[in-house]
Amino acid sequence: MRARLVWQLLLLAAALALILYVAVRVGAERASEATLDAVLGAAAQTMAEEMRSAEGGLVIDLAPGTFSMLAAMGEERIFYRVDVAGQTVTGYEDLPLPVALPSALAPTFYSVPFRDAEIRVAAVVRALRIDGRNAPVLVLLGQTREGQGAIANQLGNRAAALGLGVFLAAIPLSLFLARGLLRPIDRLAEAVGRRGAHDLRPVRHPAPVELVPFVTALNSFIGRLRGTLNQTETFIAEAAHHVRTPLAVIRNEAELALRQSGEEETRARLRGLIRSADDAARSTGQLLDHATVLYRAGQAEWAPVDLAVLTQEVATRLEPAAGMKDIGLKLTIAGPLPAVGDAVLIEAALRNILDNAIKYSEAETLVEVQAQTIGQMAVITVSDRGRGLSGVTHDRLKRRFRRGTNVADVAGSGLGLTIVDESAIAMGGSFELKERDGGGTCASLSLPLA
Amino acid sequence: MRFLLVEDNAELSASVAARLGLEGHGVDRAGTLAEAQEFLAVVTYDLILLDIMLPDGDGRDFLARHRRAERETPVIVMTARSAVSDRVDALDTGADDYITKPFDFAELEARCRAVLRRKGGAAQTQRSFADLTFDPLAATLTIAGEVRDMRSREVRLMELFLNAPGRILSKEHLVDRLFSFTESVTDNAIEVYVGRLRKKLVGSRARIETVRGLGYRLTDG
Repeated sequence: MRARLVWQLLLLAAALALILYVAVRVGAERASEATLDAVLGAAAQTMAEEMRSAEGGLVIDLAPGTFSMLAAMGEERIFYRVDVAGQTVTGYEDLPLPVALPSALAPTFYSVPFRDAEIRVAAVVRALRIDGRNAPVLVLLGQTREGQGAIANQLGNRAAALGLGVFLAAIPLSLFLARGLLRPIDRLAEAVGRRGAHDLRPVRHPAPVELVPFVTALNSFIGRLRGTLNQTETFIAEAAHHVRTPLAVIRNEAELALRQSGEEETRARLRGLIRSADDAARSTGQLLDHATVLYRAGQAEWAPVDLAVLTQEVATRLEPAAGMKDIGLKLTIAGPLPAVGDAVLIEAALRNILDNAIKYSEAETLVEVQAQTIGQMAVITVSDRGRGLSGVTHDRLKRRFRRGTNVADVAGSGLGLTIVDESAIAMGGSFELKERDGGGTCASLSLPLA
Repeated sequence: MRFLLVEDNAELSASVAARLGLEGHGVDRAGTLAEAQEFLAVVTYDLILLDIMLPDGDGRDFLARHRRAERETPVIVMTARSAVSDRVDALDTGADDYITKPFDFAELEARCRAVLRRKGGAAQTQRSFADLTFDPLAATLTIAGEVRDMRSREVRLMELFLNAPGRILSKEHLVDRLFSFTESVTDNAIEVYVGRLRKKLVGSRARIETVRGLGYRLTDG
């Protein structure tokens, strides 16, 4: 916008400079021509007035001063022609006549090419009594205008220099003007740009009257964005509530019925029902977790967090789930691991990794959790003796709704690793999944240390 | 144990209460936070199961008040929301644990045990049968002064037998209670665990009898 404004101002300055140049040049030419014409006319008139009739003809007394005026105009050549009753009596016979003959003593001026030069001619007519008759005498006085051309060129150059000067002066002026005009916008942009990603307060920065509609529109947009984000968060929570509460009823009732029924066929059906309810609950849970992760990743609501403490907490939280299968959790955590990030996202990543390890491990095995510093990163490694990856690549498993080829019997949505991966990336870290030596899987989550 | 269940969905509340009742627990049901406060004013509970979204307020506010009043009763939050969004809030306001709906009852019990164990207090949870003492929180069996450690599944199996001494429990019934419904379980898996429990009971009058074709039962002598 600034460049465009500067360009527009410069274009305007260039146009003004051009007009100035043309005006000066044309004006100067006209003025000098008028002056020269006046001198030429006066000389022609003097010539005509100096004529007297004499015996059998006419006498021209050319006073020495007659052409001195013309000589003052510079090194110009002079041509003259005197016609009496249409007969050339002296001077250049081929000096061209004017288109219309002048009537009174006022001279007529015209430009005409003559002898490889452009000349200016003044024509004057007067009547003389010659041999008792009135005869018209036509006096033509021509003069080259080389000097005038030189003067005009000189003036033109000055005019051009003036125009250029005006244009050059306009450059810094335009820049200065553009900056001054745009400064309030720059300040506003800076005030908005300095805000944190989560700062959705309306803009209160002072702005010139012209920018008030813009600021109002910006604030209205911020308001709508805030509303939408709040709605998203509420929607995620509400959706989960409305889906999972009835699922909980279904599952509980089925479990109760299973307790009370003695008929094996019915019991098998009830088990299937419970499995499906678990499956549905897990999928909705993962979908909503995923939505939350995406939402929060965009929010970048970061705060200091100790990964050692968080890892410990997540492990403690999953211990009962591991205990259900008599799976032991062995934690090796090396000191505090201070990082800066979104605890909710990191927790989601850790929980999904650990949940997978427990889910795919056989009963009575050991899941090892190791948290340590490697370079500038905190690396949390979860190793299990589960079924491994069966050669399916990590990149493939990270994609949404992708599951391994060896897990059809275990409930899952195929979103767990996507959640881990997206959380890690949002935090500036990485996630890696590989086969463990001696069987099982080894999952590493690397997050940058503070 | 005595539970206070704070849940506004009547059907869910009824089924959770019924299920806890089957395990021999006492349950009071509150549909609102106000009702919960009324119960708490007169009854002492071992554990509170608390929903987050209630008609007269947010369960987390209740939790904060509960902690400010320095009441020690442990609280497990039952959340139906995304685990990600609620977790920090619930634990920060003083919940001892949380469980997402729908939940496996065995897991709920495991979590209750874990919370009570951490709190160290809990009511009398030790149970006696014949000449043995069983402590599900500490996961121990004490026979003639000798303390024997148990694994989680052994504890749960022991609880199943102690809840119905002398009654025949079918293999299917035990499998349903001991394994998650998504686990693939072999036919002899239950025999393995019964075998282990029998080893832990060696030297006691308590015995687990095999009733051919029907299942197992716990007997005294």
